[in-house]
Amino acid sequence: MASLNTLVLVCLAYVALLFAVAFAADRLAAAGRSTWLRSPLIYTLSLSIYCTAWTFYGAVGYAARSGLEFVTIYLGPTLVMVGWWWGLRKLVRVGRSQRVTSIADLISSRYGKSNALAICVTLLAVTGVTPYIALQLQSITLSFSIFAEADPGSIHNETTSVFWVAAGLAVFAILFGTRNLDANERHHGVVTAVAIEAVVKLVALLGVGIFVVWGVAGGIGPMMARIDASDIGTWGVDRGRWATITFLAAAAFVCLPRMFQVMVVENDDERHLRTAAWAFPLYLLLMSLFVVPIAVVGLSLMPEGSNPDLFVLTIPLALGQEGLAMLSFLGGFSSATSMVIVAAMALSTMVSNHIVMPIWLRSRGGGLSVSGDVRSVVLMARRVSIAVIMCFGYAYYILSGGGAALASIGLIAFAGIAQILPALVGGLFWRGATRLGALAGLIVGFGLWVYTLLLPGIGGGVMSPGMLESGPFGIGWLRPQALFGIDGLDPMVHSVLWSMSLNAAAFCIVSLLDFPSPLERLQGAQFVNVFDHSAGPRGWTASVAQSEDLMIMSQRIMGAAEAQEFFHAEALAQGSRRALPDPTPAFLERLERKLSGSVGAAAAHAMISQIVGRSSVSVEDLFAVADESAQLLEYSSQLEEKSAELSRTAGKLREANDKLTQISLQKDAFLSQVSHELRTPMTSIRAFSEILRDTEGMKPEDQRRYATIIHDEATRLTRLLDDLLDLSVLESGQVTLNMSEGNLEDLLDRSVAAALTGADRALRVRRDAAAERILLRSDLDRLGQVFINLIANAQKYCDARDPVLTIRVHDAGGQLVVDFIDNGSGVPEDFHKMLFEKFARVGAEKVRGAGLGLAICREIMQRLGGDVSYLAGQDGGAFRVSLPTRHEMAAQ
Amino acid sequence: MNRRVLLIEDEPNIAEAIRFLLSRDGWQVGLHADGTDAIDQIRAERPDLVILDVMLPGRSGMDILRDLRAMEDMQDLPVLMLTARGQLRDRDMAERAGVSRFMTKPFSNAEVLTAVRDLHAQAGRA
Amino acid sequence: MSDHPEPEDGPRQSPPVFLERQGYRRRRLMDAARLIPILGGTLFAVPLLWPAGPGEGGDAPVPMSSAILYIFGVWAALILVAVLFGRASLRWSGPDGSGGEGAGGGRG
Repeated sequence: MASLNTLVLVCLAYVALLFAVAFAADRLAAAGRSTWLRSPLIYTLSLSIYCTAWTFYGAVGYAARSGLEFVTIYLGPTLVMVGWWWGLRKLVRVGRSQRVTSIADLISSRYGKSNALAICVTLLAVTGVTPYIALQLQSITLSFSIFAEADPGSIHNETTSVFWVAAGLAVFAILFGTRNLDANERHHGVVTAVAIEAVVKLVALLGVGIFVVWGVAGGIGPMMARIDASDIGTWGVDRGRWATITFLAAAAFVCLPRMFQVMVVENDDERHLRTAAWAFPLYLLLMSLFVVPIAVVGLSLMPEGSNPDLFVLTIPLALGQEGLAMLSFLGGFSSATSMVIVAAMALSTMVSNHIVMPIWLRSRGGGLSVSGDVRSVVLMARRVSIAVIMCFGYAYYILSGGGAALASIGLIAFAGIAQILPALVGGLFWRGATRLGALAGLIVGFGLWVYTLLLPGIGGGVMSPGMLESGPFGIGWLRPQALFGIDGLDPMVHSVLWSMSLNAAAFCIVSLLDFPSPLERLQGAQFVNVFDHSAGPRGWTASVAQSEDLMIMSQRIMGAAEAQEFFHAEALAQGSRRALPDPTPAFLERLERKLSGSVGAAAAHAMISQIVGRSSVSVEDLFAVADESAQLLEYSSQLEEKSAELSRTAGKLREANDKLTQISLQKDAFLSQVSHELRTPMTSIRAFSEILRDTEGMKPEDQRRYATIIHDEATRLTRLLDDLLDLSVLESGQVTLNMSEGNLEDLLDRSVAAALTGADRALRVRRDAAAERILLRSDLDRLGQVFINLIANAQKYCDARDPVLTIRVHDAGGQLVVDFIDNGSGVPEDFHKMLFEKFARVGAEKVRGAGLGLAICREIMQRLGGDVSYLAGQDGGAFRVSLPTRHEMAAQ
Repeated sequence: MNRRVLLIEDEPNIAEAIRFLLSRDGWQVGLHADGTDAIDQIRAERPDLVILDVMLPGRSGMDILRDLRAMEDMQDLPVLMLTARGQLRDRDMAERAGVSRFMTKPFSNAEVLTAVRDLHAQAGRA
Repeated sequence: MSDHPEPEDGPRQSPPVFLERQGYRRRRLMDAARLIPILGGTLFAVPLLWPAGPGEGGDAPVPMSSAILYIFGVWAALILVAVLFGRASLRWSGPDGSGGEGAGGGRG
């Protein structure tokens, strides 16, 4: 019986071997002699980290409990691999052309380099993977304890061994996972070590299987008979679980961070997929071939109540095959370690790129020109992340008590990780998928998964039995394992059904409603149509980029030697003799990819943007997204519309300004006019009063004449002031109308009498009394004022030898019309327009008047709801007064 | 000595007042009330001094003055300008047009007399 | 994805309407490759039709040995088809098969 010490020694030797292999592989890769390291075989074997300790040990236990259901865990990935032409090929191509560093980076990159999404995926991955790491730690400890039981002399402390295992794995991951920064250069050492471990675990399981079938059962035939006779002798798989878990395994195979790491990030050559497409399913088939036989033999051989999860180890031990047991132990150890190392590496990349680096960059105030080596910060962030993730795993193991609850965590983790699938598949195949859609899907799926599967599943009283039984606050349809009243489903099937369907629904609906940003649309087109233009993922305009600034920044991130080499090579490729390449779009793009390996796509893009200036879209890219142009056009037409609206507003403003200016000019002109009209009579008054005062011996008739002038001018002044006051009252609208009823004929009688009283010239007035017998309702005083004014005008201005004024009254189109037509020469046509303006006077008229009369008439008529206008085309001067008929009453 | 002044003013009362004042001071006063043919009238009468209103029917006094100053033989003719629009702008405009003296209505008779005498004396010295 | 049946042919050519015999074969092979996972999924779904457990339908439950033979048989067949397809696709695409990006792997 091997002692525990021997076991520990073997373990250490094995780890040392792995170290050596990894180290050698790294050296070989660095020396450029690593062709065999880049073979499809290594790629295929590295994919085997899918088979963790959970599958190595757990599959047998799973088979012992539920028969063939365990095989679904392998069938999903098999289908994904043989269907590589559909999906994986595109995923790998996108991953390589965009130089993504993790699944979070891929999602973020696809959806417009959104860091929020990257953080979301990272948190989801950490939540899902941490318990998984705890599971690996548990398996190693359990296998230790098996040997410890068989070795009574040993002191085995489970907790300490878990701690040391965790610490050892962290050191391995840090040493080989964070040696070089650029994820594009790949972790040859780790991958090679993983490949060796893959061989070890396959050989171990095959060894145990062959031993069981031929050594214990005695060949295939008896083995089959024994299987049929056992407890799991018939097909008894739950149909829902069969389909669900197959789907889950397929989804997780693509979405698991560690799988993404080896499948996409570490992929050297897309053609390796061609081999892996059949070789990896074959590997899986071999891994599961002997699971059922081992389970059946274990069930019959081992004592009642022994843990079927450890049959792989306990059967050889029980049958005295210590060498085989040791090999089996190493197989399990390999499964656990390779998974933990790669998972920790992948998670640390995500955590450092999407959580630590953005925070660090922001805390530096965005200034990249401050001194400090980003490279060392990135490396430190990754190392610390690995350590922290291992601590999480360890803590989870300790807190959960390492019991049976852990065993169920594998599938729960799968279901959680699978929530990334809609965003991933949508991102690869649907250009309409948007950032908000992806976020919505992820959040909905993640929330439902936590609520329906994670919390009820991990036990430890996180969810009370009462809550599971009757829902939160007694709301039945919210029961975590029977949402919306759908009862009787297997909890796993139930959870996957709801979380995946609602996840996908939220993703699609929000995407359809959302309108993506240009960067999102561009990235979407490049992901979906990656095969059309994978050579040029996105463009930089090399407008103002400063090569030196880029160089300085790159040195900080990549390290001086590497950066110089890269820049030099680029300069050579451009055919430039200078040490620095021109910042062509192609160069910027390669630089960005190279940097994104260290700090993530979003951060790299931001860094280069900062130096180059605004990021923008090149002409080629616009061609590449040709059918996006419709949307772009729409966008630009929206812009045009906006600018048209702006210019309309500006036009209105200009108009208003013009109007104001005009009004101001009018006001100035008016004041100037008023000044003139007031000063003129005052001038006469002052001049003649001084003459009367100062002149000695003036003739009495002269004195009287001059006094008359003073009197006339004073009257004129008074009249002018009256008119001005009248006009200002009318214009300000403060006038009150005294509406009263009266006969038009009477009103005209009074008006004619008033206008002609004291007139120096005779004016005959012709009227038609019959037509004038109309009852009016109006402000008769004001209306009379208008009439008087018009009659007085005719009296003053009519230049006929025998002046005659004809007043005609008639009804014209629902309006009462009063025309005043004289037989003079009328008003020249030029003046028609300005007749009613203030201070308008026609020609060199000698008659005194401020020129406000007609302006006042018009104001009055407008107040009365009518109008006064000059009537062109008559023989003499003609004015027309019109009144609305609602004031009219039946003729008497 | 027969001093002649041409008064171009459309307000008959103002014209009458100024005519009365200047006649008594020994001037021979010509009257003209229209802007259109004012320059012809000046040419015809060849006065020693012109009193010019700004707001004239037919043509603005400013325009008449500008045209007058553009003629070689009229550049030194003393022109006293009268306006009822007493704004600063008008004074500026008149000075630019080459006015000899600018007065705002209403004026005192003594002012007018002094101005006319001064202008005539200056013209005589020149 | 079916919009781009022959990405290996180079960038941005409008796909010709008529292909010579070899090209035609290649396309049908590609179609077949796409069918592999669907075929596999269907075959792996067949056990869903089997009576599960003794209480159902009165049919005798399928013995475990038959189930194992069926599942692993389908599995092996799928792998075989994948191998054949991989070989075939390798023959037509040649060493530069993975397109522009693979050829430029050495730069930088």
